[in-house]
Amino acid sequence: MKKKKNKASAASVNGRLVSKPIQRCFPIFMLPTFIAFCIGFVWPFVQGIYLSLCKFTTPKNATFVGVANYLTALQDSGFRYSFGYTTIFAIVSILSINVLAFIVAYFLTQNIKGANIFRTVFFMPNLIGGIVLGYIWSMIFDGILQRYGTFLLAETKYGFWGLVILMCWQQVGYMMIIYIAGLQSIPEDMMEAAKIDGATKMQTLFKITIPNVMSSITICVFLTLTNSFKLFDQNLALTGGMPVKFGEGGSMVNTTEMLALNIYSTFYTGANSRGIAQAKAVLFFVLVAILALAQLKFTREKEVQQ
Amino acid sequence: MKEKRDFGSKMLTVIFAVISVVYLIPIFEVLINSFKANSYVNTETFALPNSESFVGWANYIKGMTFGNYPFLKSVFFSLFITVVSTALILLCTSMAAWYIVRVNDLFSKIMYYLCIFSMIVPFQMVMFTLSSTADMLKLNTPWTIPIVYLGFGAGLAVFMFTGFIKSIPLEIEEAAAIDGCGAISTYFKVVFPMMKSILISVGVLEVMWIWNDYLLPYLVLDRTKYMTIPIHVQYLKGSYGTVDLGATMAVIMISIIPVIIVYLFCQKYIIKGVAAGAVKG
Repeated sequence: MKKKKNKASAASVNGRLVSKPIQRCFPIFMLPTFIAFCIGFVWPFVQGIYLSLCKFTTPKNATFVGVANYLTALQDSGFRYSFGYTTIFAIVSILSINVLAFIVAYFLTQNIKGANIFRTVFFMPNLIGGIVLGYIWSMIFDGILQRYGTFLLAETKYGFWGLVILMCWQQVGYMMIIYIAGLQSIPEDMMEAAKIDGATKMQTLFKITIPNVMSSITICVFLTLTNSFKLFDQNLALTGGMPVKFGEGGSMVNTTEMLALNIYSTFYTGANSRGIAQAKAVLFFVLVAILALAQLKFTREKEVQQ
Repeated sequence: MKEKRDFGSKMLTVIFAVISVVYLIPIFEVLINSFKANSYVNTETFALPNSESFVGWANYIKGMTFGNYPFLKSVFFSLFITVVSTALILLCTSMAAWYIVRVNDLFSKIMYYLCIFSMIVPFQMVMFTLSSTADMLKLNTPWTIPIVYLGFGAGLAVFMFTGFIKSIPLEIEEAAAIDGCGAISTYFKVVFPMMKSILISVGVLEVMWIWNDYLLPYLVLDRTKYMTIPIHVQYLKGSYGTVDLGATMAVIMISIIPVIIVYLFCQKYIIKGVAAGAVKG
């Protein structure tokens, strides 16, 4: 399946003439990116793993405590709640965004007049940042809800569905672009053959169109999945985790708080729990990585072999 | 048969026209509320401004200095950081990607896989250590934050550039080398011009990310001195006592109008860039 490797090594043998002079210019070509990459990613990542095993307020006063932070993090009711909340949110938003985006893309590729204008409109919300989006929608939801004598932060379900609507508004356009690219790459003759064989529109859709855009579906599901799990700006700006629910024993849970926001508030609301916050962050990373890989493997298997 | 289909496609056009108008309502809402006095934004959100609630440009004038920080300063920093970071990322990572593909030694392979790996790491994993590292190295100003962006954003860019460079035939560069072209001039005279389309695609993705990014600059920059647009909006709306919704909407409007104008002019490239980025990802 993977023949890329052979090709690359063959190229490097043939290309000695090209590669030697480049190698001599290592400081110019590679060094800037390499140094920045170490500062911006490699070192913070390694230090992050180490600090998750420490008690600290700044990286300088870290004392090693082993896996204690992980145990505390796993027992944290806010963290557990935000995990469940994020999961439900991810499922709902993956379904709604992808179904809507596919429907829009399907109709916009049916040769209708003005398709380009509609595409432009649907994509536009992607250019607006998450913080700004959150405040635009919190104004709108508050405007609607105040007619019924309530407001956005009054109940968890408002915050939940509000965020789903916000994310649909933002992401449908993005996923639509990917679906359109997929739909346009289906070979014409395949469609014609189906028509000649007398396939109905529904049969063509399910037997030809969808299997042929499976790679687009993989990409979009993968993108919406990781986007939902990593969601932060919109969550912070729309509800900021409100409303708060008080459990027994004085425990407090922010009922619309997603994983990323929970980690953020554990870090920055008090300096004493930073080790725990870093442990949560590592768990979060492992979760996102597993989801990304599993999902990619799962849908790749379903793709049409070409 | 043909007649019928024409009718169907006309209906679709009408339906989509209606949906498109509905789709733009949130932006329209921001516009009309930016002309209303603060107390009316919450009570008459969907009404057009009337003689009572209309305040003209007052919200815009107030928005400029509101929150004890000049908004234009935030706009300038946002613009500067986005332009410089994107330029730096495009230049440095495309060179690094060329090195990775053409030299292809152990170091290149490690670097390549680390870049792919970095793409699945969420920002929360590194946010605390990244901001403390940036603080320590004095990278906490708008003039130096592009280095942080180059580091954290290198993954996707290197990945996309390597994918593209692999498809460039080696013969062209061999010919240049035989003609006595050094590595640097080969790169800038031969390879770089061929990469125009992918440079635009990556550039679009980086601009959209950096312009709208909130958490990274919020944690890295010295907030008492430097703000970007998202930080400024959050600061206005955040927990700082009374919130002036009218002025906030004016500020939001100022921040999205240039983006929409740029989008309408370059939408061909933007949409192409997004599609290319997604297909690679």
